[in-house]
Amino acid sequence: MARTVIPFGPQHPVLPEPIHLDLVVEDEKVVQALPSIGFIHRGLEKLAETKDYIDFVYVAERICGICSFIHGQTYCQAIETIMNIPVPPRALYLRTVWGEFSRIHSHLLWLGLMADGMGFENLFMHSWRVREKVLNIIEATTGGRVIFGSCKVGGVRRDINADTIKTILKDLDEIEKDLQGITKVFLNDRSVKARLCGIGVLSKQEAWDLGCVGPTLRGSGVAQDMRDQGYAAFKDIPVEPVTRTEGDCYARCAVRCEELFRSVNIIRQAFAKIPEGEIAVKVTGNPTGETITRTEQPRGEVVYHLKANGTKNLQRFRVRTPTFANLPAMLKVLPGCDLADVPMIVLTIDPCISCTER
Amino acid sequence: MSQEQIELITIDALLEKVRAKKSQGCRLVQISATQLPGQIELTYSFDLNSQLSNLRLSLPGEEPHLPSISSIYLCAILYENEIHDLFGVQVAGIAIDFKGKFYKTAIKFPFASAKIPCASSAAAPAAGAAACAINPDATPK
Repeated sequence: MARTVIPFGPQHPVLPEPIHLDLVVEDEKVVQALPSIGFIHRGLEKLAETKDYIDFVYVAERICGICSFIHGQTYCQAIETIMNIPVPPRALYLRTVWGEFSRIHSHLLWLGLMADGMGFENLFMHSWRVREKVLNIIEATTGGRVIFGSCKVGGVRRDINADTIKTILKDLDEIEKDLQGITKVFLNDRSVKARLCGIGVLSKQEAWDLGCVGPTLRGSGVAQDMRDQGYAAFKDIPVEPVTRTEGDCYARCAVRCEELFRSVNIIRQAFAKIPEGEIAVKVTGNPTGETITRTEQPRGEVVYHLKANGTKNLQRFRVRTPTFANLPAMLKVLPGCDLADVPMIVLTIDPCISCTER
Repeated sequence: MSQEQIELITIDALLEKVRAKKSQGCRLVQISATQLPGQIELTYSFDLNSQLSNLRLSLPGEEPHLPSISSIYLCAILYENEIHDLFGVQVAGIAIDFKGKFYKTAIKFPFASAKIPCASSAAAPAAGAAACAINPDATPK
């Protein structure tokens, strides 16, 4: 059988962001796939060498338009670790709440894109309808919708008062009902199962060896979630990683569906336990030292490597994003699949190329 | 770093140390390069049971080169291509070598300088950037 190379992306109907795949196919079977990125590299890491480390949260939050808040949070945590800054407990809880709202809206965004990718337009619209409700809560509490600049070194910029918390909890009940309706379709619908079950199987060992993270890793049965390291309020709110053992597209989808409900519960627990007090401390001086900080973004573990030499500019600001770690998985799962399944497989790692090319 | 372990190694010991990490069952978390005065510092981070451990080595600032660990950890291909494209480190034996086209940067080795390079003085973006330069084995026959 003659082999053909089919270029997939960087512009493709199912791809929200530019990634390119060279798909080597025999008839309709993919025999080899090589991912390629690099179309939108921005060099934000280098910018840290000219920006004040306090102001740089602004840049860190713009690494990604979806997991923006957790980027800012991780950056702040890294600086606070280097400078040994005691962040007020209330600020840690507020970070946790906004981080989990970010996870919910990111997963709903992904579910919508996934439904759209498989041609289930109605499900796509319902997923994003619910996402709007989450974005409205974020807007009501921060003034922004996806990039909301609420984190700063030493704490957070805004508080959430008791009345607003009551309203949010009421809204959460409604959102949870909506989530039950949507995820029921994702997990049980015959058409969805036909597109996802047994497709793009990544074994537990392969996922670990390829350095996968987040739902991609957990969907293959590895129980690793950086939130169980106890950053922010997670020292008081334990997180049990959601895992599946199938390792296919369906498993990765099911992990994200279950994580939606876990995040709703985390927010409820955080609001129940949130302590009173200050939301930020004043930060003075310049950082000296180095740290590698990891947090759990919606797409998985993000790694911030910061190195500071006592000046107001960082010596090194390095970010390893979750998508960067999940790209090698495509080298394993794409060969052997049908050409028509490539979009599903690519989407199930939830590729965020803007993050990856920071 | 206080809680993370950093083991200083030489370039000659790199492959042996990385093999040891693999045999322990570690996951490769990242490879990070830092441009320091007269040298490039590399940090290889590994995870085992959610605990981070790091190997660190220094390369000379002039014509830095490095053996690839992609035969041990395939996922290192992305980190090694990145280190080449941004810092100019020549990595020998990468399983999938994008040959400088991993990032289509307007400036060659933009992170190799201590200062932010000026785009106006740099070469134009590489032509045919969408084409992925891959190893001969990957080319269909």
